Amino acid sequence: MTSSTTPALAIEHLRRSFGGLPATDDISISVAAGERRLIIGPNGAGKTTLFNQITGDIRSDSGMISLFGEDVTRLRPDQRAHRGIARTYQIITLFGRDTLEHNIVLALLGLSRARWSMVRGLAPRSDFRDRARDVLAQVGLRELAERTVAEVSYGDRRRLEIAMALAQAPRLLLLDEPLAGLSREERATVQQVIASIPRAVTLVMIEHDMDIALELADSVTLLHYGRVIVQGSRAEVVADPRTQEVYLGH
Amino acid sequence: MLAQLSNSNFLVIQTLNSLSLGGLLFLLAAGFSLIFGLMRIANLTHGSLFMLGAYIGVSLLEAGVPNLWLAALAGGVATAVLGGLFERLVLRSLAGNSQGQVLVTLGVSFIVADLCLMLWGGDPLPIQTPESVRSPLRVAGFTFPAYRLVVVALAIVVAIGLYVLIERTRLGAMIRAGVDDMPMARAVGIPVSRLFTIVFCLGAGLAGAGGIIGGPILSAYPGLDADMLPLALIVVILGGVGSLAGAFIGSFLIGFVYTFGSALVPDLAYVILFLPMILVIAFRPTGLFGRMGA
Amino acid sequence: MSRTAWLAGGLLALFALPLVAGEFYLNLASQMLIAALFASSLNLLVGYAGLTSLGHASFLGAAAYLSAWLSLHLGLAHWASAPIALAGTVLTAAVFGWIALRATGLGFLMLTLALSQVLWGLAYRWVGVTDGDNGLRGLTRPEPLGVAIESADRFYWFALLVCLLAIGLIALFVRSPFGAALRGTRDQPRRMGALGFDVWLIRWLTFVIAGFWAGVAGLLFIWYHKYVHPSALSLQASAEVLLAVIAGGSGTLAGPVVGAVMVVFLKNFVSAYVERWNMLLGFVFLAIVLFLPEGLVPGMRRLIRRVKS
Repeated sequence: MTSSTTPALAIEHLRRSFGGLPATDDISISVAAGERRLIIGPNGAGKTTLFNQITGDIRSDSGMISLFGEDVTRLRPDQRAHRGIARTYQIITLFGRDTLEHNIVLALLGLSRARWSMVRGLAPRSDFRDRARDVLAQVGLRELAERTVAEVSYGDRRRLEIAMALAQAPRLLLLDEPLAGLSREERATVQQVIASIPRAVTLVMIEHDMDIALELADSVTLLHYGRVIVQGSRAEVVADPRTQEVYLGH
Repeated sequence: MLAQLSNSNFLVIQTLNSLSLGGLLFLLAAGFSLIFGLMRIANLTHGSLFMLGAYIGVSLLEAGVPNLWLAALAGGVATAVLGGLFERLVLRSLAGNSQGQVLVTLGVSFIVADLCLMLWGGDPLPIQTPESVRSPLRVAGFTFPAYRLVVVALAIVVAIGLYVLIERTRLGAMIRAGVDDMPMARAVGIPVSRLFTIVFCLGAGLAGAGGIIGGPILSAYPGLDADMLPLALIVVILGGVGSLAGAFIGSFLIGFVYTFGSALVPDLAYVILFLPMILVIAFRPTGLFGRMGA
Repeated sequence: MSRTAWLAGGLLALFALPLVAGEFYLNLASQMLIAALFASSLNLLVGYAGLTSLGHASFLGAAAYLSAWLSLHLGLAHWASAPIALAGTVLTAAVFGWIALRATGLGFLMLTLALSQVLWGLAYRWVGVTDGDNGLRGLTRPEPLGVAIESADRFYWFALLVCLLAIGLIALFVRSPFGAALRGTRDQPRRMGALGFDVWLIRWLTFVIAGFWAGVAGLLFIWYHKYVHPSALSLQASAEVLLAVIAGGSGTLAGPVVGAVMVVFLKNFVSAYVERWNMLLGFVFLAIVLFLPEGLVPGMRRLIRRVKS
C-alpha cells in the first residue's frame, strides 16, 4: 500500500460496552489523510467513547484501530500520542493553576526526549518558551501567555485546548466539541483557528453546531446508539433520509 | 514441620484456631469494607474501635455485667455511638476530602491508643471465657475449646445477618446502590447522608463487639489496635473493597495463613500473611470480589 | 533584602550554629536535619505526585537495617555497606512501588501501609536476623575522607552538608522538565497520557527516587543513633513523617523542612513535659487537617501577601 492511499485513521468493527450496554457497537470508519471528518449524533450516541477508544483512554472490547497503516489498538495513550494523535476535551481539561505558556510547554515536552531530564531547569529553557509563544500566537493568545488558566475566559480556554493539540504538530487531530459553550463571537474566532489548520493534519471533529461544523467538514459520520447510521460526503449525509429520521424522529 | 502437619490433633486445633481468628477478622473487616466501599473512607480508627471494645468489655464485666454476651452487646452499642458521633462531627466536615479524612482517622487512632493506655494501663487485661462454654467439647477423641466454636458460629450468624441486610432489605438495596454508583444514588433521592451514619455506626459497632468477643482469645492490651488494623486492611484488599463475600472469604483465608504460619514458621508468619494480598493485587488489582479499584 | 541574601545569611547561620549551641541542641538539630531530608523525600510523592503514602518509613528503616546488618554480620566497612544498603533500599522501593502503584488514591495509601507492615513484621519477628525487639546495636559512625564525626558538632556539619546537597538536588529535580511532568500527572493524569507522558512510569520512577532519598536519610539516621529498632519501620514513624510534610505544606520545598523541624521539636520538647507523644501527635494531625489543611508554609505565605496588600 502506498502512503497516498493508506487512510490516516482506519477503524474496523470497534466495540465497547459498559455493564452490558454497548456504547460503541461495530463501528467502522475510514478517514483519508488531510480529510476533515465531522462526527455527529444525538447525546449518548457514543461519540466521546469512540474518541476515547481512538486515543486509548478507553480499551476496546474488540475491533481494530490503525493510524496511517499501523495497528495501534493495543497501545497506551502516550504511545499513540507519539505516533501523531492529539486531542481536545469536551470538558475542558487544562492545568488550571499554571500559565497558558506552561500548558503549551507541557504539550511540547510530552513529545520531547527532554521530558525525562531530571536536572536541568525547565523554566530557564528559552527553546520551549519561544515555541510555546509561537503556538499561542497562532490562536491569538500570545498576550495572555503569562496569565494562569484560571484567570482567562472560557473562550480563551477552548482556544488553549486546541493550541495544546496543535503544539504537538499532530498527524491526526481529534476535536471534541471545540465550540461548546462559546458565544457567537468566540465561535467565529475558534472557527477561524480550526479553518487555518494546515491540510497536513487530518481532522476528526465532534460538534453539535451544524452551521459551523458542516462548513468546516468534507465528510460526515452519523452515529446513533453506538452504531454508524450513515457516512459519506457532507451533501450525501445531509440529504439522507436516515439523518432526518435520527434528528427529527420521523 | 512435617511431623507437626501429620499430627492430627495439631491439625484440628490449628484449624479451629484459624477459623476463630477468621471469624473475629470478619467482624472487624466487614465494617471496614462497607465503610470504604460506600463512603470512600479508609477508616484507620477501625483497629482502635476493636481495642476500645475489648477494654470496655473488661470494664463492663468488672462492673458486674452478668455475662460476656451482654457485655459485647453493650460494648458494641457504645462503640457504634462513638463511631456515629465521630462520623457526624468530624468526618462529615471533610466530605469529599479523602486524604483529610484518612489523616483524621489516623490522628484519632493515636489519641484513642493513648487514652486507652491512660485509662486501662499498660498491662494486658484478660477477659474470662463465659462459664457456659468454658469446658472443652470432646468428640471422637479430639478436644475442642468450645468457645472458639462459638466464635465461628457467631461470625457465620453475623455474616448471614449482614447478607440478608444487604441483599434482601430496602436499606441494603440503598447501600448497594451507593457502593455501585454514588452520584446516581444521590440523584434518585437515596438519603445518602443518613446512610453514611448508619453504615459507620454498624461498622464501628461490629468492630467494638468483635473486640469483646475476641477478648477471651486475644485479651485487651496496648497495641491490639495496631495488630488488628493491618489484618483488616489485608482482608479488605484481598477480598475486594465493599464486598461482603470478599471480606468473608478473605477473613478466613487470612485466619488460616496467619495461624498456620505462626505455628510452623513463627519468624516469618507476619510476612507470609501479606503474600496472598500481594499476589492478588499483582494479578487482580480490584481484589478477589471487588468491582472497583481499591 | 533579596532572596539570595536571605539564603546566604540562613546558610551562614546554619553552619555557624555549633559556635553558639551546646551538644544537646546540636544533637537536636542533627535529628531535625535527618527528619527534614526524610520529609522532603516523602514530599516528592505526597506533594508533587499527589500520592499519599503511609509507608514511607519502610525506606528509611530498610537503609538503616541493611547498613547495620552488613556491618554487624558481614563486617563490611562503611564505604561498602552504605552503597549496598542504598541499592537494597532502591530495590525495595522499586518492588513496593510496582505493587502500590497498581492503585492510586486511597488504594495506594492502604497498599503502602500494608507493605510497610511487612518490613516492620520482619524487623520485629525475624529475630535471627534483626534481633527483634532488641534492635541492632554496637554500630559506629563512618569517617568521611578520614575525618571522624563522633562529636556532636562534627556530625551536625556532616549531616548539614549531606542534607543541603540532597535537598538541593531535590529542588533541581522538582524544577526540571521531569518535575513539571510529575506535577502534570498529579493535576491531570489523563491529559498527561494524551500528551505523550507515560504516567505510570513517571510515578514509579518518582516512587523509587523518593525511596532513594529516604534511604540516604536512613543512613544518616543509623550513623547518628548507632542503633536501630523496629519502631523505625512502624506505622507511627510513617505517620510522623507524613505529618511533617502535610503540616509544613506539601508541594513546596520549604514546607516539609519546616514541618520536620516542628515534629522533632514537639517530640523532644513538649512530650518531655506532657509525656503523651501519641496523643499530641493525634491532636496535631486533627488540628492541621481541620484548621490548616494547606500547611504552615503556604498558610504563612498567604498571610504575608494579605498583610502586604
